Amino acid sequence: MSAGILFALILLVAFSGYFIGRGRSLSVAGGAMADLHSLPSYYGLYIALWVGVPGIFLILVWLFLEPIIIEAMVLSSIPGYETMTEPDRQLALATVRNLAGGIGIREDTSADLLAAASRYTGLNSTSAWMMFAVGMALAAGTLAVTYRHIATEMRARNRVEAIIRFLLVLCSVIAILTTVGIVLSLLFESLRFFARVPPQEFLFGFQWSPQIALRADQAGASGAFGMIPLFAGTLLIGAIAMLVAVPIGLTAAIYLADYAPARVRAIVKPVMEILAGIPTVVYGFFAILTVAPVVRDFGVMLGIDASANSALAAGVVMGVMIVPFVSSLSDDVINAVPQAMRDGSYGLGATKSETIRLVILPAAIPGIVGAVLLAVSRAIGETMIVVMAAGLAANLTVNPFDAVTTVTVQIATLLVGDQEFDSPKTLSVFALGLVLFAVTLCLNVIALRVVRKYREKYE
Amino acid sequence: MSDIAEPTPMGIAQATAGHRDIHQTPEAIARRQRRYRSEARFKYYGIAGIAAAISMLIVLLVSIASESFSAFTQTFVTIDVNIDQATVDPNESGDPAVIGRASFQTLANNTLYALFPDVSDRRDRRALRALLSPGVEFELRRRVMDDPSLVGQTISITVEMSDDFDQLHKGLIDRTLPEAQRRINDLQLSWYDQLVSEGLIETQFNWRFFSGANSRYPELAGIWAALVGSLLTMAVTLGLAFPIGVAAAVYLEEFAPKNWFTDMIEVNINNLAAVPSIVFGLLGLAVFIQFFGMPNSSPLVGGMVIALMTLPTIIIASRAALKAVPPSIREAALGVGASKIQVVSHHVLPLAMPGILTGTIIGMAQALGETAPLLMVGMVIFITSIPSGFTDPSTVLPVQIFSWAGNPERGFVALTSAAIMVLLTFLIVMNALAIYLRKKFERRW
Repeated sequence: MSAGILFALILLVAFSGYFIGRGRSLSVAGGAMADLHSLPSYYGLYIALWVGVPGIFLILVWLFLEPIIIEAMVLSSIPGYETMTEPDRQLALATVRNLAGGIGIREDTSADLLAAASRYTGLNSTSAWMMFAVGMALAAGTLAVTYRHIATEMRARNRVEAIIRFLLVLCSVIAILTTVGIVLSLLFESLRFFARVPPQEFLFGFQWSPQIALRADQAGASGAFGMIPLFAGTLLIGAIAMLVAVPIGLTAAIYLADYAPARVRAIVKPVMEILAGIPTVVYGFFAILTVAPVVRDFGVMLGIDASANSALAAGVVMGVMIVPFVSSLSDDVINAVPQAMRDGSYGLGATKSETIRLVILPAAIPGIVGAVLLAVSRAIGETMIVVMAAGLAANLTVNPFDAVTTVTVQIATLLVGDQEFDSPKTLSVFALGLVLFAVTLCLNVIALRVVRKYREKYE
Repeated sequence: MSDIAEPTPMGIAQATAGHRDIHQTPEAIARRQRRYRSEARFKYYGIAGIAAAISMLIVLLVSIASESFSAFTQTFVTIDVNIDQATVDPNESGDPAVIGRASFQTLANNTLYALFPDVSDRRDRRALRALLSPGVEFELRRRVMDDPSLVGQTISITVEMSDDFDQLHKGLIDRTLPEAQRRINDLQLSWYDQLVSEGLIETQFNWRFFSGANSRYPELAGIWAALVGSLLTMAVTLGLAFPIGVAAAVYLEEFAPKNWFTDMIEVNINNLAAVPSIVFGLLGLAVFIQFFGMPNSSPLVGGMVIALMTLPTIIIASRAALKAVPPSIREAALGVGASKIQVVSHHVLPLAMPGILTGTIIGMAQALGETAPLLMVGMVIFITSIPSGFTDPSTVLPVQIFSWAGNPERGFVALTSAAIMVLLTFLIVMNALAIYLRKKFERRW
């Protein structure tokens, strides 16, 4: 855990650097405080920031690059490395790592691998010491250099503020980096997938059975990666969810915005918000514990053989989850309709419900559409409820009592457990993720645009 | 008409008397009543919508709470076990390694055979052994390892009964069902009844639920390991998301010039807030685990993924809080010569802090319940040890709930529900704290 110790030491140096800088500034001023450009604490901060920030960056960069470099070095030291295939290399690396950890050492373990393991251990400890040495040297160096900078005419405050501004910008850029990371990682792995399965087969195929056979001569050995059934299942469950969420959410929002007395509103609104705060895994459990048996009984009553993982159960529960989302967004939209429009309608003798139906709702409809689109994107991306309550088999059906599967279910179930990154089965997950990301992004952009346009109209 | 200056309904009626009042025709009255009825109906739709939502909430809470109660107690049986020298330490070596390897299960089995001496059939004996939880072996080993002088003596221990008998004792198994439809056969019922009549069976509070780690046996499983995992993950999340989120919000709200770069940051933040959580899991898997080789299933990676997810929530809440601080504060500070950074760090940020903290707590409450991205980075893992660091394999409470929910045993249904109650309790406490903070420090300018 040398990184942790180094981290603590660098923080310690930075901390003491603060007091050193402060003291130094006082002594160069020599009692004539007014000669100092900045307050003494800024000279301290100047040193502390210059010691701490590069040091912590060094640790982070080192920790990120260390495994990559060491593994490459160890691999290239194994004889026959040039002729190995990628999976073999991964296997050899895993063996070396285990051997270095003292696991799986047997009499017949090859001497090459044992040598690589000891090299791995050696490189790791060398790297740890090097990081320690470089880190401490950097801290001491920056401390010395910045100490010598301190003078009465040095503009310490401006320099400290420039560093702080730089850090603030850096933090803001993380949002961009995250998006770039998502897009790049999804694209990169998807391209590897599309090298094995043609995109048109993936996008327009009607068969989804990703289980790759162990033997080449087994039936369905190649697996089938057509995402249409997954998307159809996602849409079916999403449609059921919207059939539940939109009527309930919209009527609740109308009541809360225009009918409810202030006291009722003050109680009911937070209670509805609780629905939004319940973790989705709880909804999933609720679906299998309570709703699925009810749906099954309902199916029996209708004479339909309902599946235990029916789309109806998952959809209804997802709808309940989305209700507060629809209602609070629509509530905002309805409240944003100018009072003058209401007053005009009342002045003509319309009742409240007529005003709402004929004046407010038509005026609010773009905003409500935006809210519903956002809710749809929520429903498409929702994972836990469908993982727990929907099925695994990809059926192309519109019968809500059948089991269907969704894009998110496949992502969650195909990748949990084994993490070999070379089979189409694993890589297909990233292609599904890319489609999911693209679809939800489009929905969000459209919805936000609709909502914004509508807001501008009345502001 | 002297009262025309003060037109009352009466006056109008009189004024129009003689003419046919279009508002008083039977059609008009019917029309009006229809409009009033539709008015009332419309209002009831709204009430019905709210009632539907709230009743679903109540059904959810009640159904899970009622399932959870039975997990908080556990049925124990007290048996006298002879720590047989020949089984535990045949050579009387006293060596802990030898004792540790001994078959304590045999001791427990022999105790049961002695309690019910007329059971000799192999099938029946297996049914008899099913009375006790497999935990009896660990308990006996622990007792003897702690005190090796017990070897050769008979000790009385109180151990968990297996899940089926636990359920039976809690009245959750219907004994009137035909034998074939029960998980417990008639013979086992008679043994159980005998133990009850001898007063050997008792119900205690299920401490193991709070202190134990996961187990394949519901009577031995607990949530402590998952809670510790959640705590470690949340620590990473808070440590990353709070400073980065507040810094980003300060930059965007107080310093950022209006240009394409700032616009791009804002668009990105808004879009990230709506990206499905499982996509963040894919990001964590591809970038943190695959590319940077960080440890799989660790709170470090889990916390980083959740931090990226929580970041937009914290940034948006913090920006709202910063925006609520009136410009006069900034202008006054600038007027007495403060620099922009001083204005923000000395005045704006302290005033916005309650709002920022409220937003952060709400964001952390969401993060605590997050499951899907953690499945992707391998936190759905069966571990029976308590994680002791940020790189140890561990699981978190919602993921534990997810994996228990997939177990068919009846005991796990109760455990899942109880774990959900614990999770909801944490969420309620966090949200209550946020509301309290908002109420206490809310300031109208």
